[in-house]
Amino acid sequence: MSGNWIEVCAADEIDEEDVIRFDHGGRTFAVYRSPDDEYFATDGLCTHEHIHLADGLVMDDIIECPKHNGRFNYKTGQAKGAPVCVNLKTYPVKVEAGSVFIALG
Amino acid sequence: MGCIVIVGAGECGARAAFALREKGYDGRIKLIGAEPHLPYERPPLSKDGLKAQLPPKHVADAERYAAAGIEVLTDAPVTSIDRAEKRVTLADGSAIAYDRLLLTTGARARTIAGTGDAPRRIRTLRTHADAEEIRRELAPERKLAIIGGGFIGLELAATARRLGATVILIEGLTRILSRGVPEDIAAVVAERHRAEGVDIRCSAKIDRIDADDRSARIALAGDETVEADLVVVGIGAVPNTELAAAAGLSIENGIAVDATLQTSDPDIYAAGDCCSFPLCHYGDRRIRLEAWRNAQDQGTLVAGNLLGAGEAITSVPWFWSDQYDLTLQIAGLADGASTTVRRDLSDGAFILFHLDDSGRLLSASGIGPGNAVARDIRLAEMLIAAGKRPDPQALVSPETKLKALLAA
Ligand SMILES: Cc1cc2nc3c(=O)[nH]c(=O)nc-3n(C[C@H](O)[C@H](O)[C@H](O)COP(=O)(O)OP(=O)(O)OC[C@H]3O[C@@H](n4cnc5c(N)ncnc54)[C@H](O)[C@@H]3O)c2cc1C
Ligand code: FES
Repeated sequence: MSGNWIEVCAADEIDEEDVIRFDHGGRTFAVYRSPDDEYFATDGLCTHEHIHLADGLVMDDIIECPKHNGRFNYKTGQAKGAPVCVNLKTYPVKVEAGSVFIALG
Repeated sequence: MGCIVIVGAGECGARAAFALREKGYDGRIKLIGAEPHLPYERPPLSKDGLKAQLPPKHVADAERYAAAGIEVLTDAPVTSIDRAEKRVTLADGSAIAYDRLLLTTGARARTIAGTGDAPRRIRTLRTHADAEEIRRELAPERKLAIIGGGFIGLELAATARRLGATVILIEGLTRILSRGVPEDIAAVVAERHRAEGVDIRCSAKIDRIDADDRSARIALAGDETVEADLVVVGIGAVPNTELAAAAGLSIENGIAVDATLQTSDPDIYAAGDCCSFPLCHYGDRRIRLEAWRNAQDQGTLVAGNLLGAGEAITSVPWFWSDQYDLTLQIAGLADGASTTVRRDLSDGAFILFHLDDSGRLLSASGIGPGNAVARDIRLAEMLIAAGKRPDPQALVSPETKLKALLAA
């Protein structure tokens, strides 16, 4: 499938239960580290008004948008509550040799 | 089966309708609104939506209502409620029976007495139709006078400046945003508006306003007259309670509801901008909010209660405003605070935390570019909801993560 793995950052550059913004090839992504120490990636902009989700708050498996508190499950991309109704696209993530990589399709 | 009728097709009514389905209700839902549009978001009407002349930003499109089996009636003002017969009557004379009734009639812009006969040059901003009319006048070479230094007036001022119009803003009190916004934050807002060329006049007293087809004139005490192509009055909103009052429901600065959003009639609930309710975090003080997220939260909660959940409202008030590239966010209510501490973030952003005598966090307000304050305000909201007494020094230091205080 997608052999296109892009290095994001060192694994410890993202705090547990937190998110960072990652820009690549003119696109923007949000890369998450869950409370149980797994890594995930989604499109970087909220589907409500194109706000950077990386400024939002991670709680368990939820990313909450900083602008109007729309919620997504960042593991599945599913929109979890008003005002958001369109899901987020997710991307495969792997951690290798202490670095986080995401696969861009 | 049964039928739940919702009067008022705005943010709150729409959210309640969908939440009824999400909670498993399978009876009929009728969402009845006076405006010609499907429910839409009002916040863009003074911000980017106004600037870019966008069509109404619908809360949901027609397909979603259809898929959820929600019948939406637009252009259909409800004129009376018959509580004995449990039905509402529409302006066209038709009647609709309900098992449970939800009132989400919102609020309307407050006007200045005696200016109603000059509607073309003296306007208010509440609906998409209002925004369309105002937008026509926002151009270079045009002069806009805004009466009232509250959020809507200030957001309109920012948008008008972006479109090149000349703007004068007239405020009767000694400063803008005197209701609910700390002075230090209001000062940042005022300074920015002045830097953008808005002529802000505080402590101004208006003697008279008159208008003809072409322009309006505001006579200020002290012999000054302000001429403008358009005057927009932004002096707050009045809850739409007439329908409820005529039906004999209790009114108290809004349709009075209990903590479960039930009115004085057990089959009728009210939610959103139109209702006043007791707020548990602040000693059950009765308040009425005009805030977008409150409309959503109450819409969701009331749906459960229409189905018998009996849950009390516990959300902490939360509000935001966008002006230029600045965003202001406020969580909680600062009244009764005895201590204020300040947390400085990067790019000039800062947050003020307000605590009471016992050290309990009551409110947090922040301002900064983009979403600089959002995460901390959200965590502050959670601290308030949890009734926390955080160490003021920890609040001051940007190195301390507020998330850690929540766990403490
Ligand atoms: C210009 C503007 C900017 C705003 N910006 C922000 C912001 O930045 N942040 C924020 O938190 N909040 C903001 N708000 C406030 C927010 O939009 C409101 O809190 C929210 O719309 C309240 O929703 P509601 O459904 O309770 O009431 P409304 O949105 O007022 O909807 C009520 C609806 O009921 C209808 N109705 C009334 N009576 C009847 C009747 N008898 N029969 C049928 N229909 C009836 C009305 O026509 C209306 O469509 C803004 C408001 C405005 C006007
Ligand atoms: S921009 Fe994300 S919820 Fe509105």
